[in-house]
Amino acid sequence: MPGKLIGLKEAAALVPDGAALSIGGFTTQRHPMAFVYELVRAKRRGLYLFGHSPGGDWDVLIGAGCVKRVELAYEADEAFNTVGPRWRRAVERGEIEWEDYSNFSMVARFTAGAMGIPFMPVRSLLGSDLVRKDALTPEARAADPRTAAKKAHVMDSPFDPADRVVLVPAIHTEFAVLHVQKATEGGTTRIEGQSYADVQMALCADTVIVTAEEIVEEDALRRTPEQNLLPFFAVNHVCHVPFGAHPYAVYGYYDYDPLQLQAYHESARDDDAYRAYLDRYVFGVRDHRAYLEAVGGADRLDGLRAAPEFGYSPGLKRRL
Amino acid sequence: MAAPQYSLMELMTVVAAREVADGEVVFAGTGLPMLGVMLAQKTHAPGCIIIFEAGTVASRLAHLPMSVGDPRAMRGAAMAAGLNEVFTYVLQAGRVDVGFLSGAQVDRFGNINSTSIGADPRRPSVRFSGSGGACDIACLAKRTIIIAKHEKRRFPEKVDYVTSPGWLEGGESRKASGLVRGGPDVVVTTMGVIRFRPDSKAPYLASCHPGLSPAAVAAETEFALDIREAGETPPPSQAELQILREVVDPERIFLK
Repeated sequence: MPGKLIGLKEAAALVPDGAALSIGGFTTQRHPMAFVYELVRAKRRGLYLFGHSPGGDWDVLIGAGCVKRVELAYEADEAFNTVGPRWRRAVERGEIEWEDYSNFSMVARFTAGAMGIPFMPVRSLLGSDLVRKDALTPEARAADPRTAAKKAHVMDSPFDPADRVVLVPAIHTEFAVLHVQKATEGGTTRIEGQSYADVQMALCADTVIVTAEEIVEEDALRRTPEQNLLPFFAVNHVCHVPFGAHPYAVYGYYDYDPLQLQAYHESARDDDAYRAYLDRYVFGVRDHRAYLEAVGGADRLDGLRAAPEFGYSPGLKRRL
Repeated sequence: MAAPQYSLMELMTVVAAREVADGEVVFAGTGLPMLGVMLAQKTHAPGCIIIFEAGTVASRLAHLPMSVGDPRAMRGAAMAAGLNEVFTYVLQAGRVDVGFLSGAQVDRFGNINSTSIGADPRRPSVRFSGSGGACDIACLAKRTIIIAKHEKRRFPEKVDYVTSPGWLEGGESRKASGLVRGGPDVVVTTMGVIRFRPDSKAPYLASCHPGLSPAAVAAETEFALDIREAGETPPPSQAELQILREVVDPERIFLK
C-alpha cells in the first residue's frame, strides 16, 4: 500500500481557487484549522463551501476573503459567540452568497452524495422558511453547476399521498478535508468521540485529505477495525498535524482554547483589529509550528491537554 | 428561613428544566437548553435521556458543554455516533419526547427565528447563526420546550423568518403543512410561562414570575397575550438553585 503522507503546504496547494469543499468537525471541535490557515496564507479565492455546523474554520476563510458561496445550516462558535462574526458581516455587507438549510437536511444531502443517489427525502423542514424561501436566486443557481437547480422539493409519497416529505439534493464536492485523532500512512482513519458528518463528507468528495493528531501503524488500527470510520482507499492524502485543530477541541487529545477564541472574537468586531489578528497568527507565521509558538507554545498547549479519564480538560478556565 | 434570592435567568432555567419529566428522551439544542437539560438531569429527572445532535446518546454530564459537539457531551454517554445517526434513527423516527430549543425571536404561535432579521431574507439587516438542528428538532420531536430571554423585540407578532416551525399560523396549520408530530408546548421566559390553547393554538400567559405583574409581561410582548388565567410561577427551591449554581454552571458559562 503506497504511503499517502504529504506536507500541509503541499496538501493545501492541491485545492485550487474556486474549488468546492467540505471541512470536517462541528462548531468548536475537530476542524482541520492548520490546513485552513494554509489556505488563508495561500490567499485562496472563490471557494465554495458545503457544511452543516461549521465554526471558526469557515469564519476565518470568510473573513480572509477566500469564499464566494456557502451552503450551510449554522455558522458560530456556539457559547463562545452565538454567530460567526465574519460570517455575519459578510452577509450583512452583501459580500457572500449563501443558502440556508438545517443540520439534518445538510447531513441528508451529504449522505445522498455518499450513497451515489441524487436526493434524500426528509420529514424535516416542512412549514419552515427553509423550504419556502431561498437565498440564492435562480440565476445564481444556474450560473454554477455545483449548485443544485433547486433548493428543495416538497413531495407527497408515491406510496401514500397523505404522507409528505422534502427531497433535498445530493452534495458532491471536489475536496473534503478532515482533522482526526488517528490515521495511518495508507489512509485508514479513526475518529474518536462524536464523528459529526465527517464520514459522509469524505464519501461524497473526489479527493479526501485527512490531517491527523497521530500517524499510527496500519496493523495497530486493523486490530480493532470496528473503530475505524474510513477505509484507506477512501482517503487520498494524509498529513501529520499535532494540535492541528487548535484553537478548537479534539476529543481525547486537547480542549478548545478559550484565550485564543476570545482573542479571535474580540478582534473580529473591527476590520482593522481583524486584519491585525490575521497578520499576527496566520500571515505572520510561516507554518503550523510557528503558529503554535505564536499562540504561546508548549506552556499554553499543555494547559489544554485532555485528562485521559474525561477526554477533555475538566479544570480548564472557560470564562475569562 | 428567608426566601431564596435568585436572578430571573436562574428562575427561567429552573422552570424550563421542570418541564422535562424523568425518563423522557430529550433532544437539546445549543445554548440555554443545554443548561436546562443538565439541571433536569441533576435534579428531578436523573433518568432523562439527553441527545445532542453532534452524535451523543444518553450523556451523564459532569461538566456543562459549551457546544452540542463538546467533548463534555461524551461523558457517560451510552453511545457516540454522528449527526446522521441521531437525526435519522432517533429524531426523525419519532423516538424523541421533548425538543428543547432557544432562538433570537419567538412569535405568537411559537415559531422561532434564528436565521435573520429583515423582510427580505436575501438582504437581511441582521444575520444570526442559522438553524443548526433547531428546525429539525422543532419539526420532529413529540413536543417542544422553548426557552428565551423576554424582551419585546424578541416576541413579535410574526417572526421575520420561520427557522423552526411552531404552530405556524395556528389552528390546524401545522398538521396541514405535512409535519407528522410535535409543536411547542411551552415558552419559558425571564418573565413568565406561555402556553397554547389546544385547538386555536393561541398563546396565553400561564404564569408570571414572582414580583412581576401579568400586565407587565404583556407590555413586554409584541403579540397579544391573554393574561386572564396567569398565576404566579412557583419560585425555585433552595436545592434547585444550589445544584444550578454549584453543579450545573459553577463556571458561569451561561448564568450571568
